[in-house]
Amino acid sequence: MTTITTFRPRTGRTTELVLLLFAIGIVLLAHVNVGLAVNDEIPPNLRLTAALLIVFTVGLHLVLRWRAKYADPLLLPIATLLNGLGLVMILRLDYAAGRDVGSLVASRQLLWSALGIALAAGVIILLRDHRLLRRYTYIAMVVGFLLLLLPMLPVIGHEENGSRLWIRIAGFSFQPGEIAKIVLTVFFAGYLVATRDALSLVGRRFLGLQLPRGRDLGPLLAAWGLSVLILVAQRDLGSSLLFFGLFVAMLYVATERVSWIIIGLSLFCAGAFVAWRLFPHVQTRVQLWLDPFDPSASSDQVAKGLMGMGHGGLFGTGLGEGFPHLTYFANSDYIFASFAEELGLIGIFAMLMLYALLVERGLRTAIGSREGFGKLLATGLAFSIGLQIFVVVGGLTRVIPLTGLTTPFLSAGGSSLIANWIIVALLMRISDHARRPVAERVTDDPELDTSTHAGVAR
Amino acid sequence: MNAPIRRLAVVVSLMFAALLVATTYIQFFQAEELREMAGNRRTLLDEYGRERGAILVEGTSIAESVPTDNDLSWMRVYDQGRLYAHVTGYYSFIYGAGAGLERSANSLLSGSDDSLFYRRIPDLILGRDPSGASLELTLDPDVQRAASEALGDRRGAVVALDPRTGEILAMVSHPTFDPNSVSSHNLSAVQQAYEELNADTSRPLINRAIGGDLYPPGSVFKLVVTAAALESNEFTPDSELPSPLRYTLPGTTTSIPNFGGSSCSDGDTTSLFDSLRVSCNTSFAWLANELGAEALNAQSEAFGFGQSLQVPLPVTPSRYPVDADDAQVALTGIGQYDVRVTPLQIAMVSAGIANDGQVMTPYLIDTVRDKDLDPIDTTEPRELSTATSERTAQEITDMMVAVVESGSGSRAALPGVQVAGKTGTAEFGSSGAAHAWFTGFAPADDPTIAVAVIVESATEDWTGETGGVVAAPIARAVLEAGVNR
Repeated sequence: MTTITTFRPRTGRTTELVLLLFAIGIVLLAHVNVGLAVNDEIPPNLRLTAALLIVFTVGLHLVLRWRAKYADPLLLPIATLLNGLGLVMILRLDYAAGRDVGSLVASRQLLWSALGIALAAGVIILLRDHRLLRRYTYIAMVVGFLLLLLPMLPVIGHEENGSRLWIRIAGFSFQPGEIAKIVLTVFFAGYLVATRDALSLVGRRFLGLQLPRGRDLGPLLAAWGLSVLILVAQRDLGSSLLFFGLFVAMLYVATERVSWIIIGLSLFCAGAFVAWRLFPHVQTRVQLWLDPFDPSASSDQVAKGLMGMGHGGLFGTGLGEGFPHLTYFANSDYIFASFAEELGLIGIFAMLMLYALLVERGLRTAIGSREGFGKLLATGLAFSIGLQIFVVVGGLTRVIPLTGLTTPFLSAGGSSLIANWIIVALLMRISDHARRPVAERVTDDPELDTSTHAGVAR
Repeated sequence: MNAPIRRLAVVVSLMFAALLVATTYIQFFQAEELREMAGNRRTLLDEYGRERGAILVEGTSIAESVPTDNDLSWMRVYDQGRLYAHVTGYYSFIYGAGAGLERSANSLLSGSDDSLFYRRIPDLILGRDPSGASLELTLDPDVQRAASEALGDRRGAVVALDPRTGEILAMVSHPTFDPNSVSSHNLSAVQQAYEELNADTSRPLINRAIGGDLYPPGSVFKLVVTAAALESNEFTPDSELPSPLRYTLPGTTTSIPNFGGSSCSDGDTTSLFDSLRVSCNTSFAWLANELGAEALNAQSEAFGFGQSLQVPLPVTPSRYPVDADDAQVALTGIGQYDVRVTPLQIAMVSAGIANDGQVMTPYLIDTVRDKDLDPIDTTEPRELSTATSERTAQEITDMMVAVVESGSGSRAALPGVQVAGKTGTAEFGSSGAAHAWFTGFAPADDPTIAVAVIVESATEDWTGETGGVVAAPIARAVLEAGVNR
């Protein structure tokens, strides 16, 4: 006979709602601020923006209460705040570019945000258990590569600024690589959970390192080579770096073998060197990284971004008071520099902290998850956000050479926004599973229980 | 799998730490350098979005920012632009703060100067648009106008100083230009005007009074040689110097004549007093050789040669050639060979003699005022150096009075006011062409204004225009305008 207790685990849903309303409040204030600073009037689309933001995010909150009540309560407010700030900056740059109300990039971005949040809700509702995804490991691989290949197709494939990353159907352009990132993470997670024992335990020791067998390496090497080839052919260095880093990180987490990191880094260095020797556009990037202010440089993009950031200084010019529009791609690749200029060092520290928190909550979900697939999937998704921020912001700030990547939740562009909301939805789903008290766990489907060999925490 | 996830979290932390460090470096440590980088349009736009301080002469603005309707909120307007062009410089959206005070006092005018920091705090708190400081200049509009009108279409420069304080009363360089032509918002017209000004072979953008290709001083340098002679205590105004018709340069067979081949006196010698009065070449060449390069260089430096002055416009240092051989030293005695001066430096020589041997530091900005015209900073007159003893200064003054009363500078004489002066005709090139100089001060007993005038030779050939003929009347007009301030 056990004692009956009235233990009620904290779901954190109320915290989430309070933080969410706080996030929306900040966004709307910033929205009004931009309107007043640039046009001396409250933005005409304030009500629409407020209504859409509140309806959709609070809607997602309610969906979480209904279908994933133990989900991590910080994910939704952080994602909402970042997405909202992105909207504000895009609107601010619309004003600077003198776009009229009908053709605002911000309006399109608002619709994409609504769609992204709706899709996130859809993921939460339809995907009752993330382990279902494990069934589609190899389908995910095929779909992932197909998505990566889509822009190479004639007719629908579309090239912009020297990179062939887009498809365009009926006037809408889309970057399938963003979705491929999620699908391939699912594939990596599923594949690694199945093969991790072979990958980590079997093999020869050499110089104190546990080296894997050749046949275990094969499929992964092939997968990596193919994705990198596609990306180099599409001239998208940023994604190439992102996929490879993600792949090595997940491999390391699955096997706990440092040898994988060493092999991975060697492969990366060799690849980078070859790319530098072979491709003039890579050489240009390296040159701009080393000396952005060279007057004979082929582009002053990096220099202009740095000048913008320097202009912002410690406190920033204030929203609407700077000149972020003087930098190219100010509302997409360089949107972080736009924030740095207008919100200052203090502002971007706060924003970097938001991202760090988002990644940390994702990794915490991975640690809390009780089975291998969830751990790997959460790790991969969270790390991909962190790595993407590093590649983008590191590119602007000359930590690494500049490569084109979107800034999660901030950059103008539908595919990126949708992909990131889906990532957040998946993290919510996994964290719901991870944080749920054991008594409530549903293990009716034995096929779903991957914890038999993977769930043992080391 | 939790251990590697934790290690991965550490890697993520390191990545974010790298970003924090990089952004801190750029936005804090490197920010100033980035802001001042050439071609930073943000800085220009920022400055254009702010009311730039005015430049005032006796309460009247000669450069001010007026509000405009276009997206550059302010436009720089120069009232009497051509008259003050080299003092104000120009402030152009395309070319930035160019030359003059617009450049050298840019941080004050734009309001970014550190000395304005505490004044910016209330603006910041009250949300007022910050504005730059206004500059009240030392220039005297009457003297400036007299100098410009007297110089007319001739190329050259005029500088007038108050010898007691170092205040610059006039600074004129001809040919001049209209700064409005490069400060307007019609950018294509600005570009065309700028290119034309730069291509102009008469080089109107050069401020001849303080920069450019320095001039040989010719006979006005004899003032410095005289000072060195008297300061050496081996000579007095009555010392008799050898003054042959031709003086053979030591160690050579070359000889130099007096101006026009005339003799300096009835005999073989001429007193130092008369040598300066009639500007005797042979006796001064001999005297320079007697004194030596070292003494002459020391005396030059005592008058300010070799110093990089900021008034705050940067003044090119005048120079005396230290490595000259005996023949060359003799030539420096008459202001030839490699002696090179700015008109401002020559005005400082006169001013030093006028001020009992004390050279005052020249300056242009009298008062820095904030937006409400409250004074922030007032320049106090500062002594630059002691050039001569009071007695030497008085003795040279007497000689200079004689130059105007009964020597080569008679055209500088003013009715009722005793003028001290010295003419110069400085040869350049090999064809005998010469620049005409005059420097002096008035009234001789209690000087209130010192002046230096140079008129460039209009041609490459000798046209007979001496300092006494061409430059002295200009100096006279300037002294007349300034003597009764």
